[in-house]
Amino acid sequence: MSSQVHGTQHFDKAKRATLKFSDEAMKTAQDIISHYPEGKQKSALLPILHIAQAEFGGWLSPEAMDYVADILKIKPIEVFEVASFYTMYNLKPMGKCVLEVCQTSSCWLNGAEDIVKYIEKKLNIKVGETTKDGMFSLKVAECLGSCGTAPMLQCGASYHENLTYDKVDKIIEAYRSEGKLKSYTDLDYKNTL
Amino acid sequence: MGKKLLIHNDKVPGIATLEVYRAHGGYASVEKALKTMTPDQVTDEVKKSGLRGRGGAGFPTGLKWSFLAKPEGVNRYLVCNADESEPGTFKDRYLMEVIPHALIEGMITSSYALGAKTSYIYIRGEYFYVARIVEKALAEAYAAGWLGQNILGTGFSHDCYVQVGGGAYICGEETALLESLEGKRGNPRIKPPFPAVAGLWGCPTVVNNVETIAAVVPIVNEGGEAYAKIGIGKSTGTKLISASGHINKPGVYEIELGLPVEEFIYSEEYCGGIRNGKKMKAVVAGGSSVPILPTELILKTAKGEPRLMTYESLADGGFVTGTMLGSGGFIVMDEDTSIVKNLFTFTRFYHHESCGQCSPCREGTGWMEKILKKFLNGTANESDVDLLWDIQSKIEGKTICPLGEAAAWPVAAAIRHFKQEFLDVARSKKFVDVSHYNKLYKVNA
Repeated sequence: MSSQVHGTQHFDKAKRATLKFSDEAMKTAQDIISHYPEGKQKSALLPILHIAQAEFGGWLSPEAMDYVADILKIKPIEVFEVASFYTMYNLKPMGKCVLEVCQTSSCWLNGAEDIVKYIEKKLNIKVGETTKDGMFSLKVAECLGSCGTAPMLQCGASYHENLTYDKVDKIIEAYRSEGKLKSYTDLDYKNTL
Repeated sequence: MGKKLLIHNDKVPGIATLEVYRAHGGYASVEKALKTMTPDQVTDEVKKSGLRGRGGAGFPTGLKWSFLAKPEGVNRYLVCNADESEPGTFKDRYLMEVIPHALIEGMITSSYALGAKTSYIYIRGEYFYVARIVEKALAEAYAAGWLGQNILGTGFSHDCYVQVGGGAYICGEETALLESLEGKRGNPRIKPPFPAVAGLWGCPTVVNNVETIAAVVPIVNEGGEAYAKIGIGKSTGTKLISASGHINKPGVYEIELGLPVEEFIYSEEYCGGIRNGKKMKAVVAGGSSVPILPTELILKTAKGEPRLMTYESLADGGFVTGTMLGSGGFIVMDEDTSIVKNLFTFTRFYHHESCGQCSPCREGTGWMEKILKKFLNGTANESDVDLLWDIQSKIEGKTICPLGEAAAWPVAAAIRHFKQEFLDVARSKKFVDVSHYNKLYKVNA
């Protein structure tokens, strides 16, 4: 269950009116909806929330959730109750690159805590915080299925495994120079580090 | 070297593509089943094989299939559980990433047996890149006519889709998975009715693990009896084991069920022994929720017999001296590992992942995490060990889904086998972490 703050955020009608998926994202969303029988389009909610998060700056604002509700012809509360349940949806603004360090057993056995401390020091932020320049957020995650290649961190679609301090330096450097928003839905996924 | 049926071609270059997969005998089970067998004959082969659910519960697959209700005019569904989230488990990820067509082939053959016109592969959201690989393979299979209308001219039509989750361990529980697939929160359903009667959108549904579905391929190709000849007793066939922790060669291994545990841990073919020349302290044999066992009990049963990698041998002695094969998430810990702290990471995990429906689980997991934190802070009392025991005993069996047990069992087992360690920490009022992982410059360089 999500540990994020389920805050009641202000709903901005003007902002809502400006929200729109790109044509490509809308096409993908419609394609996903077609995977389900007529009338069962709500099933597409989880995948479409991932798209919305990638389209709208890496988090799900109340306006973004309202937009998704419209696409699926469901109530906004049905979107919110799902978005607030699953850990991958951010209900507050995040840095462009969210570094999620796995901390469960096998990763812990292989030094995940030291990786977290190292990143905290390097970026001068604590777990749950975002750097002042809005580039990085640091999160801890529960088992990401990378136990044999521990310790690891996920950023967007990328799994970075067998981490060392050196490797963390390189990863952060690469993301910083790229300067792009990293999403789970990134199509140009390439795990080079 | 043991027989491999699932990942024997994993090192073949390009095996993720349809062309190479076909060149190595891929999709033969679809041809065989659709052209020469009735759906019931396929189910019979699966029954004969003795295949048991590879997600963790070990329920006989053929029997599960035979429970599927088949009312006239109602859609039936096959749903693949690829929500692999049990700490220590990464075998399904490996299988889907390296040989995605093995899963798709199994989906088609299994769907034919079940009479399912549509199937879904529910992949945990964090495995987004794996979902892309599977989707790419699905597109290839569609283009080549293995999916879609009138497959191989047999009149059998089938559509298979991928759905990604949103990050929730609980969705590995099959009714929570169905809720999630319907676009809802992953709250497990009260059973009965079971999914075989009322599953996805209220329709009869079979939910099977990735590895289970992939195993249907060799079963159909070589026959259920041939499959059942591998293994021992009711533990037939092969099993993917995800090995991690303080071993020399972590990774995914396919073993014949019946392999001695000692051979698995120490032979060069598998884990390659404990790294840094350390001694082994304990093993979690089947994913975080199964009872942890100290070295002497994981290598030998209480009766002194060699422990084998089978459902029965690992469970020998019940929970007093045994454990479970579970998902095959095999975590090995060396002599310097703190069982108290490892348990803390497990309990924190279950607290985080509890869906919150049932009070014993929602509250109990949090209480246990808090108490374990006291041990790490040096503020625990000896009586806290009894308190932990008391809380776990009040979660087990009192929840809608097995997350309650999954959270309670590791606590019970850690106290059962390592009580002294908890008492020592409580008495000394100080937690000293002597784990030697703090060498990240060297260990993984």
